[in-house]
Formats: sequence, C-alpha cells, structure tokens
Amino acid sequence: MTSSKINKAHEPLFHLSKRDGIAFWKAWLIRIAAVALGLAVCGLVAYLFSDKLRTGKKTLEDFYYCFIKGAFGTERKLWKFLKNMAVLQCISLAVTPAFRMRFWNIGAEGQTLMGVWGAIAVAFYLGGKVPEWLLLIIMFAAALVCSAVWAVIPALFKARWNTNETLFTLMMNYVATYVVSYFLVVWVPSGSSALGKLKYGKLPPLPFGNQYLLIILISLAMTVLLYIYLRHSKHGYEISVVGESERTARYSGMNVGKVIIRTMVVSGLLCGLAGYLIGAGLDQSVNTESVGGQGFTAIMVSWLAKFNPLVMLLTAGLVSLLNSGAAQISQDLNVSGAFPDVIVGIILFFIIGSEFFINYRIVMSRKGHAGKEVLK
Amino acid sequence: MKKLFALVLALALCLSAFSFTAVAEMEDVKLGVILLHDEDSTYDLNFINGVYEAMAILGLSEDQVIMKRNIPETNECYEAALDLVDEGCTIVFANSFGHESFLLQAARECEDVQFCHATGTMAHTAGLPNFHNAFAAIYEGRYLAGIAAGMKLNELKAAGLLKGEVPMMGYVGAFTYAEVISGYTSFYLGAKSVCPDVVMKVQFTGSWYDEMEERSAATALINAGCDLISQHADSMGAPTACENAGIPNVSYNGSTVASCPNTFIVSSRINWAPYFVYICNQVAAGEAIATDWTGTIATGSVVLTDVNTAVAAPGTVEAIAETMTALQNGEIKVFDTAADAFITVGGEKLVSYIADVDTDELYTPDTEVVADGYFHESEFRSAPYFDVRIDGIELINQMY
Repeated sequence: MTSSKINKAHEPLFHLSKRDGIAFWKAWLIRIAAVALGLAVCGLVAYLFSDKLRTGKKTLEDFYYCFIKGAFGTERKLWKFLKNMAVLQCISLAVTPAFRMRFWNIGAEGQTLMGVWGAIAVAFYLGGKVPEWLLLIIMFAAALVCSAVWAVIPALFKARWNTNETLFTLMMNYVATYVVSYFLVVWVPSGSSALGKLKYGKLPPLPFGNQYLLIILISLAMTVLLYIYLRHSKHGYEISVVGESERTARYSGMNVGKVIIRTMVVSGLLCGLAGYLIGAGLDQSVNTESVGGQGFTAIMVSWLAKFNPLVMLLTAGLVSLLNSGAAQISQDLNVSGAFPDVIVGIILFFIIGSEFFINYRIVMSRKGHAGKEVLK
Repeated sequence: MKKLFALVLALALCLSAFSFTAVAEMEDVKLGVILLHDEDSTYDLNFINGVYEAMAILGLSEDQVIMKRNIPETNECYEAALDLVDEGCTIVFANSFGHESFLLQAARECEDVQFCHATGTMAHTAGLPNFHNAFAAIYEGRYLAGIAAGMKLNELKAAGLLKGEVPMMGYVGAFTYAEVISGYTSFYLGAKSVCPDVVMKVQFTGSWYDEMEERSAATALINAGCDLISQHADSMGAPTACENAGIPNVSYNGSTVASCPNTFIVSSRINWAPYFVYICNQVAAGEAIATDWTGTIATGSVVLTDVNTAVAAPGTVEAIAETMTALQNGEIKVFDTAADAFITVGGEKLVSYIADVDTDELYTPDTEVVADGYFHESEFRSAPYFDVRIDGIELINQMY
C-alpha cells in the first residue's frame, strides 16, 4: 500500500514542455478546434438558459445562425459590422506600438474618450460660428491633441520617474470619464446630462458608397501605415529593441525615455483619430459611454494578433463578429443583456486558452515506468 | 320573432366582420423596443413588463415584438432603430432620455414607420408626423404615495416617536432635473396635505443607477434625523438602507416589499402597458399617434402597488382611494397654487412661472404654466417641466 502511494506521488499523469516551434497548419488546427469547442459549449449553455431553445420555439441551428445573421443578415448589418470592426481596429492599432515595446498601456479607453470629448467640445463652442469645413479641421486637431496629451502624461512619468504605466493609464481612464461627466453638467443646464446630437461638425460621408465607407477606408489606410512604421522604419526598430531589452537599447545608444514618449504620442494620435471618427463621424455627441469599452477590447484584439497590424484585421473582425452575433442572440432568443456577454466570454476563453496549447506540449507519462524505477 | 332573429344574426355578422378585420390589422403590427439596459435595472424591467402586459392584452405573438437590450445613447441607437425597421417593425419605441436625438434621426429617414420615445421633449417642436413623445402624470402617483408617507408621520408623531421637533422626510434623487424635482415636490405636497408641518431634505446622487451612492445618501439622510425616506433612483440602495435602519420607506418603480417587509409602505410607478396598447391600436387602425401622450390614473398608466399594511398607518388604503378619485375628477390639483400655505416660494404664493417647455440649445424658459389656480404640469408636453424650488424642501446638494 505504502509503495503504491509513493508511486503516485512521483508519477504525474502528464507533464508540460515548451514547444520549440509549431507548424503553421498545426497552430491553426488547434485554434479552429478551440473555436469549435467553444461554440459547442456555448450551445450547451444556451440550451440550459434559454426558454425558447428548450421549448423548441427556436432551434440550436437558429442559435448558431445568429452569429452569421448578426453581422451579415442584411446589407445594413454588413456595413455596420465593417464600421464597428474599423473603429475597433483603429483603437487596437493605437495600443499596438506601446505593447511592442512592452509598455502596458491600458488607457486607450480614456485616451479615445478624450478624443471624442475634444472634437465635441470644439463643435459645441464653435459650431455655426466658423464654416463647417474649418470646424471639422479644428475638431480633428482638438481630438488629436487631447488624446495625445492623455497618452503622454503617463509616458512622461514613466520616462522620468519610472512609475507603473499600467496603473497610471488605468487611472487616467477614470479621470477622462469624470472630465466628460463634468462638461455634460456644464453644457446641459437642464440637468439631464444628456447632450443630444449637435447640429454642426458632422464628418460628411464619401460622395459614393455607404455612409460608413470613409471610416472603413481610413482605418484600413492606418493599418497599412502602422505596419510599415513598425516593420520598416527606424522608429519601429527602436520600439522592438526597447521591447526586447531596455539595457540593450541603452547600450546601443538609444534614448529610451524619448522612445517611450514618442511611441505614446503615436498611440495617442491614433486614439485621437478613433475618437474623431466616433465623435464627428458617428455620434455628434459625447457621453461617458461613447467609447463603450472598446479601449479595453482593443488590448485583446492586439494581443491575439501578436501585435501585428495586418493580423489584427482578422482578430478585430472576429471580435466584432462575436459581438454582433451575441446581440442578435439576445434579440432572437429574448434573453437578458448579460447572456450575450457570457457567450462572447466563453468563445474568447477557448481562443485564448488555445494559445497555451500552441506554446506548450502535453507529454503523457509512460505507464508505471518511472514508478518501477523508484521501487527498485 | 323572425325579425328579431334576423336582426341578431345581422348584428352578429357585423360584429364578427368587424372583429375579423381588426384582428387582421393587428397582425400587421410589429413592435420594436429599444432598451438602455436589461432586466437588471428596475427602470428597464418596468418597460419590459409593460411590453409583456400589452402583448397579453392585444394577443400579439412573440414574432410581433422585438426587444433590443443594452443599447447606449449613441449612434448605436440609430442603428438599432434602422435594424428594427429592416426586421419589419411598424413601430419603433425607445425608452431612455438620451436616445431621443438618435431616434429622431432614424425617424427622418423612415417616414412609413412610427417612432415613439418615452420621457423625451422634442416631438412637439420637431414637426415630424411619425415621431412621438410619451410620459405619465407620475406626479399624481407620487402625491398619493406622499399621502401614505404623511399619515405614517402623523402616526409616529402621535406615538411620540419622531426624531426631531417636526416630522422630517428624506429623499434620494438622481439629478437636479425637472423630472426629479417634479417628483419629489409632488411627493412632499402629498405628505403635506395630511401632515401640514412636514419638512423634507433632498440629497442627489448624480446617477440614475448607483446602488452604493443611493444607499449612502439614504443612510446620511437617516443620520441627519429623517423619520421616513423616499427616492427617485433605480437601484435597491435606498430601500435596503431603510430596512437595515428600520426607517419607513416609500419606494418607486415597483414594490420592494419582498426585500424590505418591515419598512416598505407603498410604491408608485408608471405602467407603460397602456401606452404600448394605445400605439399598437392606433397603427392597426391606421390612426395617428398623439405627438405628446400623457398617461394618467384614468388610462391606468399611473399606478400604486399594494399598501404594506404591516407598516402603513391605519386608514392609508382608504385615504389613497379617496384622493385618487378626487384627482381623477379634477376636484384637487397636485400643484395647487391657490391654496393657502401649500406651495410657497420665499413665503409668497406662486402666481406665475415661465417654464422651459420648448427645448432649445440655451434652455430658455418660454411658456407661462401657472393659471386657473394651479401649475399645469405635463399639459404643454408630456415630459415634466416643474422645476420650482418651493419652501419646506431643503436641497443638501445639487447634481446636474
């Protein structure tokens, strides 16, 4: 009896070992299997929680079809999906340069919100007083400046006093929210804190195609530009070196503080652009929910794409697809608003989990072999 | 006999023909509902329950109603409205104040669909035949709930259980905004109508839903010597604080008796089902929907929950019923400016007030609303515009 106990203690069923590398097709097989598994679990959870599924008013087929219907069901839905993806992509691009140098900026939410606020503040005070084209340009400049300032403050502290950028950027999100709340009180004296759509400062759509086409094209252009910036410019190279090792960067004569600040300015400018697209291109208004958590979602989008702007189109598309599908599920199955979040959460859990199996290999122990050694 | 039989038969045929066509048209109605949050918010739950009640009354099938939950007050509201139009909705309804300008944008693009917005203020100036506002004369409900509060204070006073010299109520409000001001003033006036020396303190939270803030505001009011608490905010914060402290509570948006059996007195709420029934009927019949619709006690829009007789003063149920009839008959007015020592500002009676009825960018007051001895609340538009600070109510803070 005692000996068998010893056996078990010394012989785990399996152990993990880091992979040296994995074939491209194998990695994708694991990812696809993870999504499939995630979808299967979602179906099970949906079946347990939705009356409509259990009573047979809707089938599991309807449930899965929601993911396609939500994004591509109508022409309008398709454009909305592409626009959502473009805005998310733009914010994801913004967090990427900092992440590549291992500066963990989780303040994109606040930086983007300040961009929206900056643009709307200009429209609020100058709307109707200057020509519309000039207003739009000033709004754009204001959005860029506000977001860049919001991004550069934590960078300055990091470069000068080595403060923790994660906590700092997180705090700046809350400050941004309160800045917006404060100005809503100032701007809306009736006390409702709801600033309706403003009359001036609407980014005109392109003379052809859908009203969202301009936003989509801008986002695509930024994707290509950032890819070139990161891969083929001196700046991009410096970012990578600082990310690999600050000491190496210093040794090779780089001014690390300057790189950090410059990179955060780039991040801030991209957030400002996203804020401008939201403020002038879509809402013509601002409230604390204008960015709606996309600043946080962007972190995951960027990370899943391994900080590669081109791959990010895929991950931003996936997350947008899941979100629109989840909204459709809430609508078609008539379930509460938290349920779609559960669905998206399950699928993302499986996708993120699959990265583990791509990086590590599970090695099963050979039966009883090690144990016998111990006994001898 | 034959004649009579023929007549009955003809009548029956007519009726069946009539009901047949009515049903056929109701089948064409499809209602889309845009909600700011979901069932977890008492505000939104009240709308969702209203939708279900209306469905039962009208016999609408599940396919005739679509609900979109968690739609923020952004461009997403506009997109949700257009998506509902694509789904074949003939009526699109949105429930949050900030949805309005986005819903209006959708209404401009889809002339064939009716857009209805609760709590909004723009319909009567927008000039769109397919855009409508709705609210309810909830100040009447609050007034009735105030009577229950005043009677409870009288009971405490008679038993010598008041904390201070005069009976004092506390009120947790969301924002210093007409809807809230109209609400707490009517509640106060209801209490004052039965308990003339009552005073009230109001503390604002600056949020429509913040359980922690609402709880601590209620606790602060209780510690400041309030004998009874009421609130205009959407969480369980204030009722819970009252239950913990053993202070009577007059609730809002629905009964909280299950969680607060020892302190809950009564709650007023807006029942939205009559409005949903009204707009569906109008569209089914091809009739126009009113630009501004104000639900009343008579339409069944202003309702009170059952009185918790374990806590309420004896006779509360009867007193509420009596006043309800008097309000319906127009015998009494909530905002009665003619009565002595009732509504005063700086010790003077209110003889004139210019309210901001037509929303403009500068929020300029534009309409005289005091006439014939009372303040004409919710008559010039459905959303409340009573924002007078009257004597007897002390604002501890202001939150815009």
